[in-house]
Amino acid sequence: MTKKQKKMLIRIVIASIAIIVLHFIPVKGIVKFLLYMIPYLIIGYDILLKAIKGIKNRQPFDECLLMVIATLGAILLALFQTGDYVEAVAVMLFYQIGEWFQSYAVGKSRRNISDLMDIRPDYANVEQDGKLEKVDPDDVEIGTIIVVQPGEKVPLDGIIVEGSASLNTSALTGESVPREVTVGDEIISGCINMTGVLKIETTKEFEESTVSKILDLVENASSRKSKSEDFISKFARVYTPAVVYSAIALALLPPIFSMLFLNASATVFATWIYRALTFLVISCPCALVISIPLSFFAGIGGASHEGVLVKGSNYLELLAQTKYVVFDKTGTLTQGVFEVNAIHHNTMEEEKLLEYAALAESASSHPISKSLQRAYGKEIDRFRVAEIEEVSGNGITAKVDGKEVAAGNSKLMKKLCIPYKDCHHVGTIIHVAIDGAYAGHIVISDIVKKNSKEAIRQLKKNGIEKTIMLTGDADAVARKVATELGIDQMYSELLPAGKVEKVEEILNTKPEKAKLAFVGDGINDAPVLSRADIGIAMGAMGSDAAIEAADVVLMDDDPAKIAKAIKIAKKCMRIVYENIYFAIGIKLICLLLGALGIANMWVAIFADVGVMVIAVLNAVRALFTKKL
Amino acid sequence: MKKTYKIEVDCANCANKMEDATKKTEGVKDCVVNFMTLKMKVEFEDGADVDAVMQNVLKNCKKVEDDCEIFL
Repeated sequence: MTKKQKKMLIRIVIASIAIIVLHFIPVKGIVKFLLYMIPYLIIGYDILLKAIKGIKNRQPFDECLLMVIATLGAILLALFQTGDYVEAVAVMLFYQIGEWFQSYAVGKSRRNISDLMDIRPDYANVEQDGKLEKVDPDDVEIGTIIVVQPGEKVPLDGIIVEGSASLNTSALTGESVPREVTVGDEIISGCINMTGVLKIETTKEFEESTVSKILDLVENASSRKSKSEDFISKFARVYTPAVVYSAIALALLPPIFSMLFLNASATVFATWIYRALTFLVISCPCALVISIPLSFFAGIGGASHEGVLVKGSNYLELLAQTKYVVFDKTGTLTQGVFEVNAIHHNTMEEEKLLEYAALAESASSHPISKSLQRAYGKEIDRFRVAEIEEVSGNGITAKVDGKEVAAGNSKLMKKLCIPYKDCHHVGTIIHVAIDGAYAGHIVISDIVKKNSKEAIRQLKKNGIEKTIMLTGDADAVARKVATELGIDQMYSELLPAGKVEKVEEILNTKPEKAKLAFVGDGINDAPVLSRADIGIAMGAMGSDAAIEAADVVLMDDDPAKIAKAIKIAKKCMRIVYENIYFAIGIKLICLLLGALGIANMWVAIFADVGVMVIAVLNAVRALFTKKL
Repeated sequence: MKKTYKIEVDCANCANKMEDATKKTEGVKDCVVNFMTLKMKVEFEDGADVDAVMQNVLKNCKKVEDDCEIFL
C-alpha cells in the first residue's frame, strides 16, 4: 500500500465508524445536519476540492463533479424533506471505497506484471585485480569480461570465453527446458545461469542488449491503442456530459410537465430530483475507463511471459481476428538447416561416397557443402584434396587422393557427359562421379521442425480458416512439405518480391474482417512482415531485424507459439468485450431503473463501484496464460 | 529529442487528460502517457528548452488533474 492508500483507508474507517455512531444518536434538525457533515467532509473533502478546481479550470465534467452534485443534492433533500443524511454520506463513502480498491487493484496488478517481466539485471560482475566487483550493467563497455555465477542473471549479451552451464531461458522464451551452453556460444542477457561459473566477453552495451530491448518493447506496447480503447476514451468524452444533461432534464421536465397538466403539487420535484441524483451516481464511466487498458496490459504481460512479445494492444486485437496465416517455409516451418537425407545408386559404400563429396566440397562455405561436411562428421584433411575448381551454379570438380571427383547437380553431369540417374526423392540432389564414372547421388533436404505439424493443427482448431505457405524453393519440395504439414495452399519458386505480391493478392481477395498474419524468420522478409495485417517474426533471440520489422515477436522459433499467441489474444479480447458489455449493460439497466424510480441510491452505488470492482478483477484474468 | 519521465496519477482517464494537456503545451511535439507503467514519453520540438517546457507541462497537467505528479 502506498502512503496515499493508507491515508485513504484511515479516512474510510473513521467515516464508517462515525456513521454507525451517529445512527444511535437521537438528534433532529440542524444539529443532525451538522453532525452528519463531519463524516461527509472527512470522507469527501478532496472530492469537493477537485470538483471546484475542475470548474475553475474549465474541465468540469468528471466523476468528482458527478459525485459532488449527487451527494450535495441528497443532503439538500434530507435537509428540507426526508431527514435521511445516511444516504448522501454512504454514497460518498462507497465511492471512495471503490476508488481505493481500484487504486489498490491496479497497483497490485501493475506489480504482478512487472514481477512477471522481472528480467532486468541489477548488476554485472567485473573482475578487477583478481577480485569480483559489482557494477551497474549500464557502465560496462563492449569487450569487457564479466563473470556470471550460478543463480545470477546474465546482464549483457556476449560470447562465452570460459566455462559451461545450463541456462534457464524461461523468462525470455517461456521454454522450461534449460539450454546447455559452452565456450564460444553466444549468450543473451536475461537468461539465468543455473549451474556453472561463466566468463563472458560482452558484445553489446546494456542499452542495446536483448533485455533492454524487450523491456522497452513491452513497456511501450500499451501506448499503441487498440480500437476498443479508442472507443472507450471517445465514449467517456461524450458520455459524461450526456448523462449530466439528461439528469438535469430528468429533474426538471417530468415535474414541470405533471404540474402543468396533471395539477400535481410542487413536492413532485423532490421525487424527480432524487431520481436524477441516482442517475448521476450510476453513470460514472470508471469501470470501463480503467478495466479495458488494464485487460490489454495484463494480456501483453501474460503473453510476454510465454515468450510472445506483442508490440501494442492494437496488434493483440488484430491477432484475435486473424483468419489467414501465411508462412514463410525456410526457417519458419522448417529448420533452415540442410541435412543429408539419403544416398542412392551408390557404387561404393555410402560413407566412402560421402567422404569423397565432402572432401571435394571442403573449400566451399555454401550451406549445402557445410551439410555434406557435417554429415561426414570427421576432420577434413585438406592435403588429400587438390585442383579444386568451382563450376559456378553447377558444382565442383577436384582431385581427391589422386582420383577425379565431380560433385554437383545434373547440369554438371551433362557437362561432363556422364550418364546419371534421376532421383524420385524431393530435395537438393548432389550427383557424384569418380574418375568419369557415375558413383551415385546424395539427397539433401531441409528438415521440418518437429512442432510444425502440431502447430498447423492447433491453428485450425483455433479458428484459422486458411493456412498458406510461400517459398522460394522448388515446387516439388514445397509440395511435399505442404502435404506433410496439412497446409491448405502453397506458392513455390517465389523471389522475395514475389512474396510481397502474393501477400497483397491474398489481402485483396480476402474478406475485410478476416485479418492476415504473416509468419517469417525476420531475416529477408521484412517487407512482407510490414505489408501483412500482422507480421509475426520468429526466433528473435539475437536478431534485431526481426524485432524491428515485426508486430509480434516470438522469442524462440517454435511455430506452436503462433497458436498460443492467438489463444492469448482471443482470451484477452473476450475479457475486454465481457467488460464492455457487462459494464455498459448493467449501467443502462440501472439508469433505466433509476429514471423509473425503482432503483435507489444503494443500487446506484453498486452499479458504480460493484461493476468497477468486478471489471477490474475480470481484467486481471488476462494475465493468466499458462493453461491456454 | 525524446525523454521519459516517471509520473504519478490515480486513474486511466486522468492519464489521458495529462497526455492531451502535454500535447497542447508549446515546445512539445508528441507525448505518450502510459498509465500502466506510470511513465510519460515526451518528444520535444527541435531547439526547445527542455526544462522550461517541462515546467509548463507540469503546470498544464496540474490544471487538468490536480493530484498528478511528474518527477522531473
